[in-house]
Amino acid sequence: MPLGIIGLKVGHTRVYDANGVLVPVTVVHVGPNRVLQVKTKSGKDGYNAVQLGYGDQKLGRLAKPLVGHLARNGVKVDAPGENGEQPVISGVKRIREFRDFSKEVKSGDFVGAELFSVGHFVDAIGVTKGRGFEGVVARWSFKGGDATHGAKGWHRRSGAIGQRLFPGTVMRGMKMPGHMGVVRRTSQNLEVIQVRTEDNVLLIKGNFPGSEGDYCIIREAKKISNNSARLKQITDARIKVKTDAAAKSAAKKVEKKAGAAAKKK
Amino acid sequence: MNKAALFDKIEGEQFRKEAAKFNVGDSVRVHTKVVEGDKERIQIFAGVIIGIRGRGLNQTFTVRRISYGEGIERIFPTHSPRVDKIEVERQGSVRRAKLTYLRHRIGKGAMAVKDKEEFGSSH
Repeated sequence: MPLGIIGLKVGHTRVYDANGVLVPVTVVHVGPNRVLQVKTKSGKDGYNAVQLGYGDQKLGRLAKPLVGHLARNGVKVDAPGENGEQPVISGVKRIREFRDFSKEVKSGDFVGAELFSVGHFVDAIGVTKGRGFEGVVARWSFKGGDATHGAKGWHRRSGAIGQRLFPGTVMRGMKMPGHMGVVRRTSQNLEVIQVRTEDNVLLIKGNFPGSEGDYCIIREAKKISNNSARLKQITDARIKVKTDAAAKSAAKKVEKKAGAAAKKK
Repeated sequence: MNKAALFDKIEGEQFRKEAAKFNVGDSVRVHTKVVEGDKERIQIFAGVIIGIRGRGLNQTFTVRRISYGEGIERIFPTHSPRVDKIEVERQGSVRRAKLTYLRHRIGKGAMAVKDKEEFGSSH
C-alpha cells in the first residue's frame, strides 16, 4: 500500500546523526500537496488512486479543461486576485496520480511531509540532468583508446560495431554516441533522515536524479516496504546494537560497584 | 520558501551550543568522544591549530602535535558532536592563516609559536 508525494529538490547539505556521523542529505520540499481527486474501484474510474497537485500557478496559465476539472473537485477558481492581478491557485502546478494510496484522504485535503517518518525507506523519482550529445566514453563508459604509446586520433572511439559478411548488419541496440540525460530515473531504497513538518521538508539520505529546483516524486520504497520484515530486521538490528551496548555498560557498572563494595568489606 | 533561510535553519540546529573561540596558532586541548567496544570515553588531543578551513557547519580545523618524535595532524569538524570540548590553553601570535611551515621544523622548537601579547603592551 504505497504512499507518494510530489516534491521539489531544494538542495543538498549534511546533518549529524545520533552517533555523530555526518550524513549527506538531499533537501526536498514536499508540500503542501493538494488532493485534487480521489478515484475508487467502485466508482466510475474502476481503480483506487489519489490525484495530488503541487506548486502555485496563476489561473490564466492553467488550461481551461484543467480549470474545469479543478472546479469540479472543489478547488476555488473564481476567487479574485490581489490588486487586480490574476488569482494564484496553490497545489496545482504539477499533478500526479498515485495508485492505491494507503492514507485515507478526500479531495480538498492537503498532505505534506507528515506522510513519511524518520527511518522509513523511500524511492525518489526524478529526471536526470541533460548532457546533450555525448560520445561512447561518457554515455556507455567505453574505455576508448590509449592516450599515449603512439596512439594517433584514436582516443575516445567505440571501435568495431559489427562482424563480417554474416550477419552483415549492425545489431539492434548497439551502444553508440547520442543524446544522454533527461530521462526519468528512480533511485531506490533511500532512507528518510529527517521529517520537518513545520517547513514541509524531507531530508533524504544521499542524492537522486535531477538538478536542484527540479520536481521529483517521493514514494514509499517498493522493495523495502515500511512495514515489511526487511525494515523490521534493519531497525531491530539498529536498536539491538544500542540496547546491547547500554545493557553491557550497565552490567559492567554493576560489576564494578559490586567489586568496590567487596573490596571495602 | 526561501532556500537560504531553510538551509540556515537546518544547519544552524547542528552548531555547537557554545561557540568555540579559537584561532590559528592557538595551543588547544581537543576533547573527543571515543567509543571503545561498548563504552564511550573522552580522549584528549593537544596541539597547535595550524589551519581553519570552511565555514558554518562545514568548518574544520587541523591540530598538529609532536608525539614520540613524530609529527601528528588531526582534522576535527568544529561542530561535530563527537568533539566534546575545545579548550584553548595558550593564544598564539602568528602572521599566517595556515601554519604549514611548522611541518618543516625539526627538534625542540618544532611547535614553538609566539604567545599572543596583550594589545598595546608591545613596544
